[in-house]
Amino acid sequence: MADKETRVATAPGRTPTNLTQGGRTKAGIGESTLRPDGTLKVTGEFAYSSDMWHEDMLWGFTLRSTVAHAEIRSIDTSEALATSGVYAVLTYDDLPTDVKNYGLEIQDTPVLAHGKVRHHGEPVALVAADHPETARRAAAKIKIDYAELPVVTDEASATAEGAPLIHENRDDHHVGHVPHPNIVHRQPIIRGNADEAAKKADVIVSGEYVFGMQDQAFLGPESGLAVPGEDGGVDLYVATQWLHSDLRQIAPVLGLPPEKVRMTLSGVGGAFGGREDLSMQIHACLLALRTGKPVKIVYNRFESFFGHVHRHPAKLWYEHGATKDGKLTHLKCRIVLDGGAYASASPAVVGNASSLAVGPYVVDDVDIEALALYSNNPPCGAMRGFGAVQACFAYEAQMDKVAKKLGMDPVAFRQLNAMEQGTLMPTGQPVDSPAPVAELLRRVKAMPLPPEQQWLAAGTGADVRALPGGLSNTTHGEDVVRGIGYAVGIKNVGFSEGFDDYSTARVRMEVVGGVPVATVHTAMAEVGQGGVTVHAQIARTELGVQQVTIQPADTRVGSAGSTSASRQTYVTGGAVKNTCEHVREQVLDIGRRKFGTYHPAWATAELLLEGGKVVTDGGEVLANLADVLEDEAVDLELEWRHRPTEPFDLHTGQGNGHVQYSFAAHRAVVEVDTGLGLVKVIELACAQDVGKALNPLSVVGQIQGGTTQGLGVAVMEEIIVDPKTAKVRNPSFTDYLIPTILDTPTIPVDVLELADEHAPYGLRGVGEAPTLSSTPAVLAAIRNATGLELNKTPVRPEHLTGT
Amino acid sequence: MRVTFTVNGRRQEADDVWEGESLLYVLRERMGLPGSKNACEQGECGSCTVRLDGVPVCSCLVAAGQVEGRDVVTVEGLADFARQRAEGGGCASGACGTSIDEAQRWQARPADAQSDEAADLPRETLSPIQQAFIDAGAVQCGFCTPGLLVAADELLERNDSPSDADIREALSGNLCRCTGYEKILDAVRLAAARGEDRTAGQGA
Ligand code: FES
Ligand code: FES
Repeated sequence: MADKETRVATAPGRTPTNLTQGGRTKAGIGESTLRPDGTLKVTGEFAYSSDMWHEDMLWGFTLRSTVAHAEIRSIDTSEALATSGVYAVLTYDDLPTDVKNYGLEIQDTPVLAHGKVRHHGEPVALVAADHPETARRAAAKIKIDYAELPVVTDEASATAEGAPLIHENRDDHHVGHVPHPNIVHRQPIIRGNADEAAKKADVIVSGEYVFGMQDQAFLGPESGLAVPGEDGGVDLYVATQWLHSDLRQIAPVLGLPPEKVRMTLSGVGGAFGGREDLSMQIHACLLALRTGKPVKIVYNRFESFFGHVHRHPAKLWYEHGATKDGKLTHLKCRIVLDGGAYASASPAVVGNASSLAVGPYVVDDVDIEALALYSNNPPCGAMRGFGAVQACFAYEAQMDKVAKKLGMDPVAFRQLNAMEQGTLMPTGQPVDSPAPVAELLRRVKAMPLPPEQQWLAAGTGADVRALPGGLSNTTHGEDVVRGIGYAVGIKNVGFSEGFDDYSTARVRMEVVGGVPVATVHTAMAEVGQGGVTVHAQIARTELGVQQVTIQPADTRVGSAGSTSASRQTYVTGGAVKNTCEHVREQVLDIGRRKFGTYHPAWATAELLLEGGKVVTDGGEVLANLADVLEDEAVDLELEWRHRPTEPFDLHTGQGNGHVQYSFAAHRAVVEVDTGLGLVKVIELACAQDVGKALNPLSVVGQIQGGTTQGLGVAVMEEIIVDPKTAKVRNPSFTDYLIPTILDTPTIPVDVLELADEHAPYGLRGVGEAPTLSSTPAVLAAIRNATGLELNKTPVRPEHLTGT
Repeated sequence: MRVTFTVNGRRQEADDVWEGESLLYVLRERMGLPGSKNACEQGECGSCTVRLDGVPVCSCLVAAGQVEGRDVVTVEGLADFARQRAEGGGCASGACGTSIDEAQRWQARPADAQSDEAADLPRETLSPIQQAFIDAGAVQCGFCTPGLLVAADELLERNDSPSDADIREALSGNLCRCTGYEKILDAVRLAAARGEDRTAGQGA
């Protein structure tokens, strides 16, 4: 069944495999089918990228800059190269072609630093050795002479007169419209007249908000294996979010035609945007091609913090006005995102932050500006929620402030201003599918509240495990107060601003052992979200088969686009559906050819494939699929596109830029120990519209996971960068905290299914929206408990105790 | 140096082990048992949790030399381990677990082979906690899963009807970035409930 194309490199000892589900498995779309990779994952047999292994393989290691901004005067690798067990040491000078940079949109990221380093942790040299420890020790012997340069760390230092330019000779397409070369991209959105509209306001509320730098902190480290081929090419087994985007960036640097860089997705241990940019891909290939041996690279956690981009930290200034009957009059806002040393996805993050800056509310008169800086801070790019998260944090804090000033209930105030189907976005784009913002708020508010003071419910005394601070046993609840907060958010689905956001699916249908089976082959990165489950469900539904095999994702099939922006179920799911429909037509043509003369329904009725049979829409069985196909196979590979979008106007921000929107609302219940400054989130309820839940179990799992990442940023997660040196202070799981099971409350989820008629099955992207509103909901609850202003993430004890 | 110890009921030998190598590295890279995961290698995430003489430990923090002559159970051996516990036996015969030859030939299993034992049907070869993780939807990317399974199995061994607070406490050393933990709680509750059902069934 598998493609018999011969590989020119020897396959490693561990490789990704087909995933087959069938036999008695039922479950088409809408059912909570279990993951086809579940058994492999619970037995430890699933081949993650860090599990790749090849006889005689070497280990690669990356030497990284110890300073944030410096000229490199010299690099001396002689001692490292002389170390026994070392096979290669590479620097910038060893790059094989003139293409020495890569990047998602702007090719400004050096494969290895040349002349300059621009951030702490930038890759400078590579080592391949026969043991990971040998590689590390050899790398430590490389001598680099840095001449440090002044650092740019915020808007003021980036745009100050005489500020050092992070990229001196920019020639990208944004440079013509940005006000300063240390600004990557700037997007204003002007609609109506905010100044005029402000005159109608009875209250005006403004605020300044700071959103800290969050890390994706996926558990599976950046890793993979590059195997040199006999044809001079290379096979790369790697964890990524988008194989073809990687390929487009890798091949030119290696000086190879794309067909000689054969990429296979290996098991991905989470992604959340952090694998959109390249990490070790080119490095491993360079070392493999240089040494002629397979090379494996696995980052440790320390290196992982330097090896991927983070969520943009942001400063946001917001002003809202409202009439005394509670209608929003206008919005003025300015959002400054710190993109760090390289562009990564910053331009698109700016587009999202600006176009979603209003939130899911009706405001006709807006004056919005969002921009991203170049600085010497760590590069920032894609992370779940992508620009919408930072905006949501600010506009939801503003909604509470305005409601309070008007003396209105915060939920009622939001509902009064909630957008609905038909509302115009600040970009002028009409929202042309359901937008149940008020309803989601209603639902989340209607959920029963958790009992008060649960730590007392145990009976005798306090169960300290249930108190803020937990087992540290520092109080018994004396200073604990409860607070409740609400938030709602809007996220676009898919890639926006005119991007050709297509996907490709190959589907084969044939009879094996008397049973009709379908094989689905796409390049979609399964990163844990469950795309493989859904593809099997779609194939079952469309082709009426039980057994479906999902082939490993690789570059032998056309691009599936990125597993990000909540787009894969929509776009690659749509591609699988579309290809299945064409396969079905061909199968029916075979049936008509063979059996058409026996029954008039072959020519006249609407025919379906169901339960391994060809049936009419009236339910009459015409033939067994096995008899139709016999030893014929239908095999098609097709691209599929959703409705096109268009870029935003550079001056007014007007344009039909987005494909679809998704909405989630949260209610947070917290208990705060005001004496200790500790917060315990008791419950974080969510209501979300998913259009159509193709797999309800997975949908709820995605919502709970996204909610928890938002909780993390509210109370603990932040990459701390020293403002004087731009060095990262906490690149470890000891110092960068993500929520444990003790920090995470129960997360009841209410799923609403209002179909979007433009989307396959009516579905709506799910993964990101819950990450938006959980952070501001927690903040609102803490404010409600303490009466404090709190305008910064994460909330730390000192913010609560004033110490 | 050479290190000799028991893994999943089988005696294993590793040669040329460096002083600094962790048990995790020896398991993954020398013994062909990559089931224990390397998410932080600093003792913070629990993905590498194994049983060492019955005690759950972060194998990334255990020096390989420390396990000389001792007994290790990894996720690969969890099903056998649970079955023998249920049968009240041990593994003195050495018939359980993975042989060194098998281990070195390890490959991710072609999942085609399991097609008829579809993932949503109980498999004899899975331990109750493994099956419960699948059924409850507690696996997303799955990178945290091996460590969580070993820790949760040990919890259920000690406490066959844990409260939510007990579960949270027992699993607090295992980070998961994908699930939000709710379905992991569900899985442990489910495995516990199924265990009770079975006991109740036997009593009747
Ligand atoms: S890998 Fe051992 S605790 Fe994280
Ligand atoms: S870390 Fe991905 S499922 Fe737990």
